[in-house]
This record gives sequence, C-alpha cells and structure tokens, in this order.
Amino acid sequence: MTTLHPPAAAAPQLAPPPTRRDRRSWAGWGFLAPFVIVFALVFLAPIAYSLYLSLFRDRLIGGTTFVGLDNYTAALQDENFWASLGRVSLFLCVQVPVMLGIALLVALALDSGRLYGKSFFRISIFLPYAVPAVVATLMWGFMYGTRFGLVGDIDDAFGLSLPDPLSPGLVLASIGNIVTWEFVGYNMLIFYSALRVIPQSLYEAAEIDGAGQIRVITAIKLPAIRGALVIATIFSIIGSFQLFNEPSVLQKLAPNAITTDYTPNFYTYSLSFSGQQQNYSATVALVMGVITMVIAYVVQLRGMRKGA
Amino acid sequence: MTVTTTGASSGTATRRTRPVKAVPRLRSARRRPAAGRPRRSVLLTVLTSLVLLYSLVPLLWLVISATKTQEGLSRSSGLWFDGDFALWGNITETFTYHDGVFTRWLLNTVLYVVVGAGGATFLAVLGGYALAKFAFPGRRAVFAVVIGAVAVPGTALAVPTFLMFSNLGLTNTPWAVIIPSLISPFGLYLMWVFAGEAIPAELLEAARMDGASEIRVFFQVALPLLAPGIVTVSLFTMVATWNNYFLPLIMIKDPDWYPLTLGLNSWNAQAATAGGQPVFNLVITGSLITIVPLIAAFLLLQKYWQSGLAAGSVKE
Amino acid sequence: MPKHSRRLLGGIGLLTALALGATACGGSGDGGSDAKKSVSAADVQAALKKGGTLTVWAWEPTLKQVAADFEKEHPGVKVDLVNAGTGNDQYKALQNAMSAKKGVPDVAQVEYYAMGQYALTKQLTDLKGFGADKLSASFSPGPWNGVKAGGDGIYGLPMDSGPMALFYNKKVFDKYKIKVPTTWDEYLAAARTLHTADPKAYITNDTGDAGFTTSMLWQAGSRPYKVDGTKVKIDFADAGAEKYTGTWQKLLDDKLLAPVTSWSDEWYKGLGDGTIATLAIGAWMPANLASGVKNAAGDWRVAPLPQWTAGAHASAENGGSALTLPELGKNEALAYAFVEYANAGKGVATRVQGGAFPATVAQLNSPAFQNTAFPYFGGQQANKIFAESAANVADDWSYLPYQVYANSIFNDTVGKAYVSHTKLADGLKTWQDASVKYGTEQGFTVEK
Repeated sequence: MTTLHPPAAAAPQLAPPPTRRDRRSWAGWGFLAPFVIVFALVFLAPIAYSLYLSLFRDRLIGGTTFVGLDNYTAALQDENFWASLGRVSLFLCVQVPVMLGIALLVALALDSGRLYGKSFFRISIFLPYAVPAVVATLMWGFMYGTRFGLVGDIDDAFGLSLPDPLSPGLVLASIGNIVTWEFVGYNMLIFYSALRVIPQSLYEAAEIDGAGQIRVITAIKLPAIRGALVIATIFSIIGSFQLFNEPSVLQKLAPNAITTDYTPNFYTYSLSFSGQQQNYSATVALVMGVITMVIAYVVQLRGMRKGA
Repeated sequence: MTVTTTGASSGTATRRTRPVKAVPRLRSARRRPAAGRPRRSVLLTVLTSLVLLYSLVPLLWLVISATKTQEGLSRSSGLWFDGDFALWGNITETFTYHDGVFTRWLLNTVLYVVVGAGGATFLAVLGGYALAKFAFPGRRAVFAVVIGAVAVPGTALAVPTFLMFSNLGLTNTPWAVIIPSLISPFGLYLMWVFAGEAIPAELLEAARMDGASEIRVFFQVALPLLAPGIVTVSLFTMVATWNNYFLPLIMIKDPDWYPLTLGLNSWNAQAATAGGQPVFNLVITGSLITIVPLIAAFLLLQKYWQSGLAAGSVKE
Repeated sequence: MPKHSRRLLGGIGLLTALALGATACGGSGDGGSDAKKSVSAADVQAALKKGGTLTVWAWEPTLKQVAADFEKEHPGVKVDLVNAGTGNDQYKALQNAMSAKKGVPDVAQVEYYAMGQYALTKQLTDLKGFGADKLSASFSPGPWNGVKAGGDGIYGLPMDSGPMALFYNKKVFDKYKIKVPTTWDEYLAAARTLHTADPKAYITNDTGDAGFTTSMLWQAGSRPYKVDGTKVKIDFADAGAEKYTGTWQKLLDDKLLAPVTSWSDEWYKGLGDGTIATLAIGAWMPANLASGVKNAAGDWRVAPLPQWTAGAHASAENGGSALTLPELGKNEALAYAFVEYANAGKGVATRVQGGAFPATVAQLNSPAFQNTAFPYFGGQQANKIFAESAANVADDWSYLPYQVYANSIFNDTVGKAYVSHTKLADGLKTWQDASVKYGTEQGFTVEK
C-alpha cells in the first residue's frame, strides 16, 4: 500500500481548500468514485473484516469461538503492548525533534542565501529519501558492525572501543539515526519550500524596523511556516507509531535487542504471522489506530490554536 | 499494509506538509530583492556540510561496496576500495545471475510503477478535482474516513487483505501489488488543495456555458492547469511504489512477479539457507542499481517538482 | 442521497460481505477430513502416465536439478518449483494459503521442527496410506522421527538431515597449538586458550538461536518437550539441560562467544578470517562454507561433536527438512511420486551430488559417499564423521506442536542471557513460561 502516506489527521482544517459549490453533486461523486471504490477495497474492507475478527478467538485446539470484547479487554491490559507503545513514544519524543530541528536549521541556512553551492546542498541532502527503507536499513546495519563495519573501522583507526550500536541500550537510538537519515532531507525541503513563499512585504516591514537576522527568523520566518511545522509533527507521530521496517530488518542483526513486540506495528505483525493470533492482532491494531488518531488530533488542535 | 509507510515515519509527515505551503501561493512572494544579495558565509557552509556528509557517507559506502567481490567484501574495510575493482563484473553478474531474473524484477517494478503510481496519480487528480470543485453530500466525511483508515497499523490488515485478494483470485498476480498502490491519500489531499487554487471557477463555468460535458471540461480545461501538481504527486507515488516491500511480500510468491525490493531480499536471505550461496556483493550492487533510476528521476525532473513546490511564489 | 453515492455504499457493502465471506471459509484448524487416504503404487503409475502440473514450494537449491530430471523421465509431468521464501517466510505464506484455501501447493518443504503444528491441525496428508510406512528402514532415525511429528502418521518424506559435527578452523587450532576438543569441558578450555591468545578470536559465535539451543539440549539428553496429542509438558530443568546451561553459562560469563549473528555478513567474514574458530552445526554446512567462505578453503576440518561424557557418542539433529503434501494440495498421487523420487529414489543421488546431506541410510552407508574427499577440508573424508553422527542421533526427541511460535520468541526470552546479566537457565525458564502460556491459550493441556 505504499502510497498510503497518511494525510494529516485533520489536515483539511489546517488549510481549508477553497471550495466552490458549483456543480451537480452526481458529477462530484463520479470523479471521486474511482478513488473511493479502490479505497474501500484495500482499506475499508480489511478494517471491517478486522473489526469482525476482533470479536473472535481462534485456537489451534478448539477452533473459532465468539468472545465479544474479550480481546479488547486483553489488549488494554497487555503489558507487551503498552511497553511497545512506550518505546515508540520515547522514540517520538527524541527522534522527531532532532530530525525536524536539523531539517529546519538546514532549511533556514539554505533560505538565508549565505551558502556556497546551495542547489548542490539541497539535492544531496534530499537524496537519501530515494533509498528504500529496506535498503537503507541494510546499509546502516552493515555500517553498525563493531567488528567489520564502519564502527569497527573507526575503532581500529583510533584505537577506540565504541559501544555496540546494536546493543539493547542503544538500538533505539540506532533506529532513530536511520530514520533521521532517511527523512531529514525531505523535511528540509518542505520547510525550505514553505520559507520560499513568505510574502515579501513581511521582510520589507522588518527591514524598516531594522530587525537582525535572528529577529527575522523568530519574528517572521518561524511563524510563517507554523503550519508546515505542525503538520510535520503530526505526521511524525503517525510515522513513529507505525515504525516497522527499520526494526524488522535490524532484528536479524540484533535479535536479542529487538524483541518481536518492539513496536506496536511489529507486535501486531508477530501476533499475526508467527503466533497465528490473527484475531488478537486485529484487536491490537484497531486499538492502536484509535490511539494514534486521538493523539494526532490533539496535537493538531493545540498546534493550530497557538498558531492562530 | 501501511507498513511501507511505517518506516516512512517522518516522510509521511513531510509529504503532507506541502499542500500547506501551497496555500500561500496566491500571495505574492518574489524573492526579496530588498535584502540585496546576502554575503556568502564560509562558516555556515561548513556547518551545513556536516549534514551533507551525514547524508552522503552511507551512499558512498554503497557505491564503494558495489565495486567489491564477495571475497573483497570480507577482507576490506567498508569505506575504502578493495584491490580489485569489480563494479562492472558485479553489474554483469547481477543482470545474469539466476538466468537474468534481475532484469525481470526490474521490468516488474517498472510495470508496478507505471500502472500503480500512474493510476494512483490519476485517481488522486480525479478525486482532488471533485473535492475542490463540486459540492456534494459526504464530501467532508470522505477525508476524515481516509485519515482514520490510515492510522490503523497496516501489518495487522495484511492477512485480511490477503484472504480477500485470494478469494478474488488476485494473489500472485501483478494486480495484488498494483491495486493497493492505487491509493495515495497524500496525493488526494495535495490535488484537492492544488485544484482549488489553480482552477478558476469562472473558467469551468465558461466551458460549461459553451455546452461542454463534465468529462470534457475536466480533460480540456482543468487537467492542463493541474500539470505542476501532477508531476509532484507522481514523483511521490513513484517513490512509494518503487520502494514497496511489505505488500508484495505477502501477496506474491512467484519470483517471476517479484519487484526489485523483494528479489534483493530473497538474494539476501539465500545466504542463510543450507546449501545456499551468499551473494552479498550482488545484493549491494542490486541495491545500488535499484536506487539509481529514482535518483536520476529526481535529478532530471528537479526543475518541475521544484517549480511545483515553489508554484506559489511565481503566481501573483 | 444522490444515486451515485447509494450505489457506492452498495459497493462498500459488497466488499465487506466479501471480506466476511473470506472469514467464513478462512477459519483454520479444520484442514481436511479424517479419512485416511490411500493411494496404491498402481495409482501412482497411472498418475505419472497421465501427467499434469505439480506446484512445489521449496527453497532447497538442489531440487532444481531433481525436478528437471523428473520431468525428463515423465514427459507428461511439469514441476513448477517455487521458492516461496526460506523457512519461516514460507510457513507464513503456506499458512495464508491454507487459510484462504486457495493457492496451496501440491508439495511443500517443511522443516522437522515446524511439522507438528501442521500435522496436529491435519493440514498435511498422512502418507501412511501411500505406503510411506514401508520406507521407515530407508531413513536414518533422526529425520524419520521428524516426519512423524510427534503423532501416529507420517507427514512427509525426509529430504535432508543435519546430524551435528564440530567444524573447526585447523589453521587457527594449529597456530595456537590447541587440541581438537572431544568433550564440552575441553571445548570450554579451548575457548579460553584461544581468546587469551588472540582477544579478537572466539571459539564460536552465538547470539541465541533456538534451533542451535534445542539441538544442544537434544545431544545433552534433555527432553524438554513431551507431547501426547494435545497434551504438552515443557520442562527446561532436567539433568541434560543443566549440563548444557552449566557449560554455556561459563562461555557467556567469560565473554568467550563472538556476539555475531549467524548467517550475517559479519559471520561469513569471521568464518573466513579465523576469528570464529568452530561451529557445532548440521552436516549440511560444507556447501555453505564452500560457497560462502571461499577464502578459507583448506583451513577447515570436521570432527565429531564434543561429548558431555568422555568416550560417549551422543549426537543430535540440527535443521533438516522434509517434503510434505499439504492436505489442500491437488494431484496427490503425482505429488507423492515426485516426493518419493526426490527423497527416496534417484533424486537422492542427484541432490547429494549437488551438495545436500541425505537422510537415507543407503546413501549414508555407501562407500562412494563415505569415501568422498572434500577438497575444502583439505581432502578429508568428512562424510564418515557425518554418517556416524547420523547413526548416533537419539530418536526420542520431540518438538512442540507450536514450535514455530516458540522459536520466534526465543530471543525475546532466552536472548536476555546473551545481552544482560540474566542467567541462561533463567532465560530458558522464561521461555518455558511463555511457551506454556501460549499453549494454554491455544487450547492445549499444558503441564509444567
């Protein structure tokens, strides 16, 4: 489903698309229908099916039985689930600010017009985005090797003994590093684009006031791209909560540091594929979906209120 | 099946951001001449170079590693070349290994991208146009539903989707990869915003007055105006489809229908089978070959998507 | 409401119904009928004559040649050999196909440890009715025990086996004048000597591997799993397990095990440069060494597995798989013909030629097999050691009927012993508890 990069939870409110109620409604539905039909097939039907599944229990011995909301009660008391949620929350609180911070600084640097070779920077920092997550993780996995990888090389060259990036204490940071690498350029480009369209009149006003560079940034640039910042944050929440590819590929290298319930998404995957607990997996996924939506919505409300 | 997205954590985020900035488009923003040409700063350039290094070193590792043989990989350090330069040999071997199946995977991927990403863009354009230019009941609900669905972790939906597709006889066919690729919620949103801004209602009205059908109005009046947005959306759907991994993993069992990501993974897994042959050199070279077309597309289309991004700044 | 949207809602309803329909027939656990199938030799001959297409899911590389030969011998037959993933990946696919009751292959490769679950839920055809029980003397004890999968039936024919042996890097051993260990105590001593002499070198690598640990327990005489239909007992505290955890704990405490995960790029490097000096692993390993660690050709040798009691000859199986006939597959007579050809007939020689390690007594005992000199091992006739090991495997081991799941959580539980101060024995206890919990949830009667 590749393409389903989630649009921001209530994004439409952020930037209400101007709508002109022009035409007969059937034509509108007609244009929208192809999207809606495919969407129903690949999203709504599986979700509806999962809802149905979540009311049952299927066992190796004894087959399928209706259990009502038992799976939901179990999920809410499931330590593994909450632990995985805690882990991605920690990830969210550390990795996202770091990544967005770097992206913002680079975007401001590009926008300042004070860089040599601006377009080279812009495109090069953006490039990692084109690398598939699976390939990116494989690459970093090789580099994290303390014996033959880059870390090992650094140790050899400087006579150091760096800690193993794949040890249980560091592996979350190592995953964060991969994600940061993949998306810092992308976020940078978004912020940069937002900076580029700040109306000229604002700068002129600042000039009359004799504002310095820093003042221009804090008083004009940042407020002007608040919308972009808020949306980037919301999507990072959804992205962090759905973290899966990086831990699952790295698990092969760090089997003891990355457990099968490392992130909520990984947990539902393990439940479903290794444990044959499709019903419970569906339940956990639905609970997780609700939590994600609620948090994204709250952040959006707060962010926009302050912004307004 | 959001899995592919999952990794995309922040990527998803960013993607969506863009429409936001599309909003100020109507305001004027010619590059501020008043500030004059700011003086270039060596210090700032050096600092930014750190981020540049961070971005490029892993890619450098990939390029260097692609020049090594399987034995060379074992004996040399990661960030420097091994004695023998085997890049061409690796490329040839990648394309000929297992009767040249890599070429097949490459073509499959192209097929999935052309039909999947192309279709996704088309559906998004149609849908975005409808949302922006027509008033109809349920319009606002559409988006809320789309977003809610996307928040559910995709891995858990994989089995239900598989069972459904299997019942429809779609598994193990290209359709199992293509159909789910057709949905790009981000694309829909972007086109919604973009169509709202880029198509003046009067133009549509005028065409309708002339008696043009809705279909005709869309293709002849609206579509040309949407071009910059379309290029941007297709680039993103293309990256997403090109890098698609989890869904084909579930849906496709016949290696003849593998996309590149899955094929490379199977080569990687081969090292872990009794009697299997480790071909890490081919996995690395294959990975490099996999990302080259995407990077090339970004570089070649740079003018278009950057103009798409900055569309707002030109419009007065 | 406009016409279109009503139709649209109808469409969604339809799709949902479709999805629900999938559940209805997707309920698992009722794989097939209880009636024993019976297929005679004449049926098989008729099927061969009639021909048809067989879908075979297997990742074993030597089957390619076998399939080609089989097609040549029986011109009407087409064998569609599909690599649907290795091990676990393939089981996931197989489980999905079985749930959907569509696209199930006619023949599937399944490892011994994973057979229990399919056998229990009757998703594999019992081959007794095909005359497979008459083949019992053809296979060595370990793998034959494997295809019985803890039940009464015969759920596949053994394809390969992995009687364990000690692979060691002779160059490293010679360099530090270390004697090849014959007991695990000597092994521990060798580990210390080696690591002291060269802090970069380790006796072996281990980051926690369920397959390896269960094989080691098997050899040590531990029988942690007792299975009787749906009654299961799990106990990791018997005498055999204590022997194993005692020694391995010392290796862990003194950091004598390379923290490198098997099958990774680093692992292959370590095997090549002498920093991983031994492997206690199945007899299928030579092919992997020859293709993956070319630069160390001539350095490695094979020795019998070290013993817990000096002078004993205990061994165990490590890995290995069978070809099975999924209950929902088609064309059973033809499928059986292929499986028999590949695993008990002419195919065996072809596969041995291709580097596979057989499970058939005839091959294991044949002079041609035993006298094969391995250039990779400096001309050593390694098969003699493997064949002896195969004969010494105790055949009363059993896996859990849900071993695939149990193994998937091995690193979540026992894995702690490898990266923290948790003791191995405690890790095994945690694993035991988690396995008990899962078994109970799945409806088994689990006794601790």
